Amino acid sequence: MSILIDKNTRVLVQGITGKEGIFHTEEMLKYGTKIVAGVTPGKGGQTILGVPVYDFAVDAVKEQDVNASIIFVPAPFAADAIMEALSAGIKLVVAITDGIPVRDMIKVSYFLDRYDSRLIGPNCPGIITPGECKIGIMPGHIFTTGKVGVISRSGTLTYEVVNALTLAGLGQSTCIGIGGDPIIGTSFTDALKLFKDDTLTSIVALIGEIGGSDEEDAANYIKSVDLPMVAFIAGRTAPPGKRMGHAGAIISGNLGTAEAKIKAFQKAHIPVADTVPDIVRLIKEIMS
Amino acid sequence: MKIHEYQAKEIFKRYGIPVPSSDVARTPEEVRNLAEKINKSVVIKAQVHVGGRGKAGGIKVASNPKDAFSISKEILGKRLKGLVVEKVLVEEAISIEKEYYLAITMDRSTRKNVIMLSSEGGVDIEEVAVRTPEKIEKLYIDPAFGLQEFEIKRLFMKMNFSKNIAGEFRNFLISLYKLYLECDATLAEINPLVLTVEGKLMAADAKILLDDNSIFRHKEFEALQEIAEDDEIEREARVRNIPYVRLNGDIGIIGNGAGLVMTTLDMVKREGGKPANFLDIGGGGSAGKTRQSLELVTMDKNLNGIFINIFGGITRCDEAAKGIVEAIKSLKLTIPVVIRLIGTRENEGRKLLEDEGYEVGRDMNEGARKIVELAGAYAKGRGRE
Repeated sequence: MSILIDKNTRVLVQGITGKEGIFHTEEMLKYGTKIVAGVTPGKGGQTILGVPVYDFAVDAVKEQDVNASIIFVPAPFAADAIMEALSAGIKLVVAITDGIPVRDMIKVSYFLDRYDSRLIGPNCPGIITPGECKIGIMPGHIFTTGKVGVISRSGTLTYEVVNALTLAGLGQSTCIGIGGDPIIGTSFTDALKLFKDDTLTSIVALIGEIGGSDEEDAANYIKSVDLPMVAFIAGRTAPPGKRMGHAGAIISGNLGTAEAKIKAFQKAHIPVADTVPDIVRLIKEIMS
Repeated sequence: MKIHEYQAKEIFKRYGIPVPSSDVARTPEEVRNLAEKINKSVVIKAQVHVGGRGKAGGIKVASNPKDAFSISKEILGKRLKGLVVEKVLVEEAISIEKEYYLAITMDRSTRKNVIMLSSEGGVDIEEVAVRTPEKIEKLYIDPAFGLQEFEIKRLFMKMNFSKNIAGEFRNFLISLYKLYLECDATLAEINPLVLTVEGKLMAADAKILLDDNSIFRHKEFEALQEIAEDDEIEREARVRNIPYVRLNGDIGIIGNGAGLVMTTLDMVKREGGKPANFLDIGGGGSAGKTRQSLELVTMDKNLNGIFINIFGGITRCDEAAKGIVEAIKSLKLTIPVVIRLIGTRENEGRKLLEDEGYEVGRDMNEGARKIVELAGAYAKGRGRE
């Protein structure tokens, strides 16, 4: 088993006719993901890479039995696209788009509360269950099937960790990039809850970074849960008040420091890795 | 995006939020004229994007136009925490009965906007938040229904304001929230919010942060967008639209992906080195972008080495390698460079670089160790010259 997606997931690509949309649709199809429909308003009726295109998500759902969506729509229109997917009844929405205004995401998050659906992202690499389904932009070839669940706020750093895991013979159950924005649909804690109930996942690697308090919340949650976990926090050397690339990676005053996050995990008796090889070593130790 | 106090106060005025009468000046003569016009004591405030202007000597009171002239001479054209003061705000001095703190900002964990109000105004609010958090009242605003009357009343009562300013307080709050939403602000802060001796509420200071991601729908703010970074390299990076943060070390860092770059900095520090910057080259790694990034990093003359850390996922290592070779050659770099390449088409990329005589590693920590060693040796050599 895995979380959220598997080989039967039927995926819609919103923004399928854009440059990113086409490129990653092809990559996902190559990986074996069942891409069953695309949406670009005004381009309904066309076919791209053998995938039928619709004007609206609701039409795609009606005709292609869609149960997940990935969004490549440009930032000014992305929030609207997320809400369109939710209102069409899609249960899993993965928003790749970077640069969505905060005000739009506050609205989306309120909208989301009224639906029994899950949003991953925005500003994230997506989600992958190795060997079964990839809904995202990550390089599929570095992933292998296995028992390690991975949750991360960043893209390339996740690939770095996954690559190290794979090379060490540690496959992954599911990997979720939750996104680098201040307001995201799925938090670390949300993802941990999903992994806790997954029979295939035996340990989780949590890759956090400076900014916000999502890691602290996760540390607080994991204390009372029987799920082995290893944490890593990027940004120990980051100065306060400076945005380190991601919109959400900023220390405000004394809030959101790597130090506070590391302390929170240590208090919850969760081992914190100092380096990427350290993550692999700690996971091996716990698993044996 | 930061804007100046005087710009924020212009916006405040547009929304009917009371501010002391003021105007912006660029020369001591202009300051004197404004002080004459205001015709009472004035406060002269440096308009630069730094915190703690008061403590740094950027805010001064002048009791007459002559003083205003001489005081502004000491502020204008001088550096305040590294930034040259080009403009000052000349503002009527108000008589303060009590100072409060008022702000609206976005709360990440509740995914809502929050109003923060405290009777401990005019001070470092972060200190209050740590020392006496109970002195800050918080009101989380419903995203669909907005501010409610009972919520405003509750905040009002908590502050022990006198009853006759209830209406004024209500309008103040409603206007500030309206401004916050319509401007796509991520922070609207008034510190201090002043209750004057005459019993009026006034925004003595004004700070607005605008959401960079929303600029596409705010043509009116484009004019306010002066590149306000206090560091010349950061300023140039903003122009080139490359995420860059200047740090204090001597090892330049370039990587792809924010999380990976942060980790690269951490690893260099762990090996005893001092990173000079954060730079995220992003996806693709084209030759042009690589060249631009290397140019930026090497604007820093303290550099004793550069560490380039690329993980090839969708980005291909051979493409990245081509860019690196071209950029290093055209910039005629002489300082040590350590390159770490791993991932898609790694062997092709490594060959390209090794043929040109560059060190290429596979391991991030090893690369970090290597650059710290080389930069240390280079620094010593420099010292002997």
